[in-house]
Amino acid sequence: MAAKDELGRAGEERAARHLRAQGYIILDRNWRCRQGEIDIVAQRDDVLCVVEVKTRRSVRYGHPFEAIDERKRRRLWRLAYAWTAAHPDAARRREIRLEAIGLIGADADTAQLEHLVDLL
Amino acid sequence: MSTARTWAVALTGVDGHLVEIEADFSAQTPEFTIIGLPDKALGEAVQRVRNACTNSGLDIPRRRLTVNLSPASLPKHGSGFDLGIAVATAAAGGMLSARAVRGTVHIGELGLDGRVRPVAGVLPAVYAAARAGFERVIVPHANAAEAALVPGIEVHAAASLAEVAALHGADVEVPDVDAVELAAPDEPETLPLDLADVIGQEEAVDALIIAAAGGHHMMLSGPPGAGKTMLARRLPGILPLLLDDEALEVAAIRSLVGEPVMKLDPVVPFVAPHHSASMAALVGGGTRMARPGAIVRAHRGVLFLDETPEFQRAALDALRQPLESGRIEVHRAGFTASYPARFQLVLAMNPCPCGNYGVRGAECACPPMSIRRYASKLSGPLRDRIDIDLQVARVAAARATSGERSRVTSASARERVVAARGAASDRLRGTPWRVNGEVPGERLRLGVLRLPATVRAPLDRALERGTVTLRAYDRVLRLAWTIADLAGANSPGIDELGRALFLKKGLLA
Repeated sequence: MAAKDELGRAGEERAARHLRAQGYIILDRNWRCRQGEIDIVAQRDDVLCVVEVKTRRSVRYGHPFEAIDERKRRRLWRLAYAWTAAHPDAARRREIRLEAIGLIGADADTAQLEHLVDLL
Repeated sequence: MSTARTWAVALTGVDGHLVEIEADFSAQTPEFTIIGLPDKALGEAVQRVRNACTNSGLDIPRRRLTVNLSPASLPKHGSGFDLGIAVATAAAGGMLSARAVRGTVHIGELGLDGRVRPVAGVLPAVYAAARAGFERVIVPHANAAEAALVPGIEVHAAASLAEVAALHGADVEVPDVDAVELAAPDEPETLPLDLADVIGQEEAVDALIIAAAGGHHMMLSGPPGAGKTMLARRLPGILPLLLDDEALEVAAIRSLVGEPVMKLDPVVPFVAPHHSASMAALVGGGTRMARPGAIVRAHRGVLFLDETPEFQRAALDALRQPLESGRIEVHRAGFTASYPARFQLVLAMNPCPCGNYGVRGAECACPPMSIRRYASKLSGPLRDRIDIDLQVARVAAARATSGERSRVTSASARERVVAARGAASDRLRGTPWRVNGEVPGERLRLGVLRLPATVRAPLDRALERGTVTLRAYDRVLRLAWTIADLAGANSPGIDELGRALFLKKGLLA
């Protein structure tokens, strides 16, 4: 596994811990379909959260959130609906929300974490 | 993370409108949008502001930033909003005191390195801010001198964004930068033009003084080399100096066209557009943003059109509205702008295309038709607004080389003009007019200023014979009053009227 993939993996692990600590219930991780991959699907109260996790060693090549542009968000929305289509029971009568977690640091466990709730 | 507000100024014409800049961060992925009818230059502020902030030690939060320019329906142009946008952004990001920022007006363009660059129109913008009751304005270092001309507002000149941020309480290091300067004013060495240089044209000098005293529009016609341009150029030197608020208006227009303004110049402007000037050049144009034309730059001063018949007819007729109302309106697809344009018009023309028609000892080579066409370039309505029609003849060689100088200097002429204008404005107190040239004819014919029948007799006879029109009749009366003011008389007598008729004679032909 390349170093960057390892960091990404570790970042997702840290994000999942963060979400659990916030009271989220993790429903799915690294769910794949033809259109792409969702990092984390979680549930909090009655809201279904599709979470994109982005980890970067430093901001030298931009902030992690800068990688989640318009195009990426549109794809995440499509993926979110694909997930609900694949899991009709879990998704029933639940609102969907897009979230992003950005991590900056070489070590995912000590990296600075930022969490955006309810992306458009 | 929140909302912050500050102020900038949008200019339409010379009128400044205060624009509130709101910056708001929302918890979304990073984006930077400017709304509120920005033009292309203003839309590009996104990049300038982002880089300038980074290079000034101001870290913009990586969130969605929306900058709104309010009133949102007013179109906004140019790069002068950069500084305000950067300051509002930094304040919304919590780096500056939102309170300090709220009461300050910011004007200036930003370089990518964070330096504040000069913009055009700072003077009218600062003026608008002062009038709106703001106490503090921050302007580019290079525009400091012109901003300081506006009384009643505290002006800070900033060389860099970091300097502005520190002023608003940011904890940033203020680098010692070389301030961006305006290009040095391109002022040609001008020798003072004095009336004393004019030799052997006593009659013309006299007419020039009358024109100055009464604010009468004037036409000089004569062969090439007779001294028409020489005379016209000396008109600003004998016109009264501008009052401070008038000089400020003139300086505001200079600032608007991007000329550096260092001090208030009390001498009236003299604008002499070339005869190839288009209507847009005279009136003002621009596609997205209005640019004032020659007429506007001549506001409070002299507009001199040399070789008048060579101008496009449409361009000449565009003078009619400002001559009537003292303002000019520029209509374009996207906007209308209104500018002040109260000027004294001086026209110069040759008698015919070759210039020799009617000149003693010279032969005119023009066919009769072209002479007529030449003279008819001036439309009747424009001619109607010219009070003085003066024939200027070539000076005899003996006088030109004799070394004698005219006894009338500009300084003494200006004294007479000021005294005459004083008399006129005393008489016109309580009316909207200040000089004789502005007074409508009815007032001189019918009102309290009506002259006794004995004085009017020669003029009335001319009117009955049909050698003067009623319009020309009014103009003769106006001139007669100015001549009386110059002579220190209470009202015009037979002599003044005769002299006025003489100055008017060109229109009888």
